Amino acid sequence: MAFRFLPDVAIADIAFEVTAATLEDLFAEAGMALLEASANPNDVKLKIKKEIKLSNTHIDRLLFDWLAELIYLKDAESLLFSKFEVKIKRDGEYQLDATAWGSTIDYKDMELRNDVKAVTMHMFEVKQTDKGWMATVVIDI
Amino acid sequence: MINCGMRLVTTNLTLKEVKPRIRELVDTLFQTVPAGVGGKGFVKVNNSQFNDVMQEGTQWCIKQGYGWEEDIERTEEDGRIKQAEHEKVSEQARKRGISQLGTLGSGNHYLEIQYADEIHDEAIAKAMGITEKGQIVVMVHCGSRGFGHQIATDYLRVFDDAMKKYGIAVNDRELACAPFNSKEGQDYYKAMACAANMAFANRQVILHRIREGFEKVFKTSAEKLDMHMVYDVAHNMAKVEEHSIDGERKKLVVHRKGSTRSFGPNHPELIDKYKKTGQPVILGGSMETGSYLLVGTEGAMKETFGSTAHGSGRTMSRTRAKGEFRGDKLQREMEARGIYVKSMSMSGLAEEAGAAYKDIHEVVKSIEKAGISKPVTSLLPLGNVKG
Repeated sequence: MAFRFLPDVAIADIAFEVTAATLEDLFAEAGMALLEASANPNDVKLKIKKEIKLSNTHIDRLLFDWLAELIYLKDAESLLFSKFEVKIKRDGEYQLDATAWGSTIDYKDMELRNDVKAVTMHMFEVKQTDKGWMATVVIDI
Repeated sequence: MINCGMRLVTTNLTLKEVKPRIRELVDTLFQTVPAGVGGKGFVKVNNSQFNDVMQEGTQWCIKQGYGWEEDIERTEEDGRIKQAEHEKVSEQARKRGISQLGTLGSGNHYLEIQYADEIHDEAIAKAMGITEKGQIVVMVHCGSRGFGHQIATDYLRVFDDAMKKYGIAVNDRELACAPFNSKEGQDYYKAMACAANMAFANRQVILHRIREGFEKVFKTSAEKLDMHMVYDVAHNMAKVEEHSIDGERKKLVVHRKGSTRSFGPNHPELIDKYKKTGQPVILGGSMETGSYLLVGTEGAMKETFGSTAHGSGRTMSRTRAKGEFRGDKLQREMEARGIYVKSMSMSGLAEEAGAAYKDIHEVVKSIEKAGISKPVTSLLPLGNVKG
C-alpha cells in the first residue's frame, strides 16, 4: 500500500492518490496521507488510542466520513493519529470499526504543517482495480 | 471556507516609525493571535455564547468590548447575516468551532503589516483613510475556520442525496446543491449564515488583538494611532441581493466563491462614508509581492452582479512549491529584503512563496481593464504572521 501527493491537481489545496491491496489498507493509508499533510508523522507518537465506528451505504462516502472524522478529531480534541487498524465489513451497508493511535497536538515537539480544514468531493473517487483498491482525494487547506 | 474574507485597518504610523520595530510588532502579534494546526482561540465561550456568536457575528463582539462601534458598519452586511439559525448547525460543527474564535488558521491565511506604496486615486484613498505613501496599514485574511468547513461537510452529505431527489446532476460532486427554497436549501443557508457570522466575529476579535498589540508596542492608544477599519469584505459566501436583469429588478442568490463584492458608488447598501466613492475592495497578493486596495464600480454592477477578483491566485500547487522552495531559506531571504515573517510552519511558508502566485499587478490591470473595480493604492509587505 502507498500514497502519493499529486503536484498538479487542485493547486490551492492538496491532492493525493492512495493504492492498497485491501479496503482496510486503503483507509489506513489515506489516514497516513492526511497526517503527512498535517505534521511530520515521526513526531506523532503512539500515546493515545481512539476507537472509531462509522457506517455508510457507499464505500466512497465511508472513506469521506473516515477522513472527515479524523479532521474533526484534530480540531475538536486536538488529536493527530499515526497508526491505524481498520476493519470493514458489509452487512447491508459498509461498517467501519477502526482503532487509531496518536497524540495530542504539541506545538513545541511536533513539526506541524497544514491545518487541513476538510475533505472535498472534488475528484473524489474510490475504485477497485486489478491490484486492489485506489482512491483519489483532495483536501482543503 | 465560508466567509473567508479580508479586513484592512489603517494607522497614522509611517514606514520610518514602524520598520525599526517590526520584529517586536510581529512577535507580539504572533504571540497574541493563535495560528496553525488545531489552533485554539483566545476568546473562550460557552454553548449559549457561541449561539450568540453564530446569530450576531460582529455585533456580539462589540457588545463584549472586542472593538469599536464604527467597526460594525464598516463590515459587509454590518457583520451579521440575519437569516442565521444556530439550530441548523450540527453538534460536530459546534464542538469543532467553539474553540476557534480568535484563530488565524494556516495555508494562505495571514495577518500582514503593510505600507502604502503607489497611490492611484488620492481623493478615494483619503476617503478610505490613506493619506500618504509609506503609511502603515494592517491586513487580515481568514474566515470561519474548521467550523464553517464542518457545516459545509455536513451539508455536502445532505445535498449529495438531495441532488438525486431533485434530479440535479453536476460535473463535480463538490458543487453539490439543492434548490434555494427547498428544505435542504433553506437549512443550509441558515447554517451557512452561522458560519459567516462566526467568520465576521473571528476577524473582529483578531482586530481587537491587533489594536492591543499596537498599543503595547507603541505605548499609546489605538484611538490615538487612528486604527480605523477601512472595510471587511467576504470572498466566499452566498447572499440574497437585488440586481437588474434586462432592466428588471430581481432578487438573486449571488454566490461569490473566490470573488469579492465590488458595489459601485451610490449603491443603497453602502454606508454614507463610501456612498460617493464606492465600496472598498481588498485584494490579497502573496506575502512577498504585496496587495491592493481597490474600489467598486458601476461597471461591476452591470457586468458581474457587483463582483470582482479576490486575490492574485496561485500558479503553482502547494505540493510543487514545497519541492521548489525551503521555508527557512525563504524566511531569511525575505528578512534580508525587509520583510519579517513569522510562521507556525516552515513547509507552510514554502508553499506560500511569492513565485507560487500570479503577478498581482497584472491581475489588477486586468480587473481595471474589465471595469469591475479600480485601484486606490498598492500595499507592500513589511511584516507577516502566517499559520
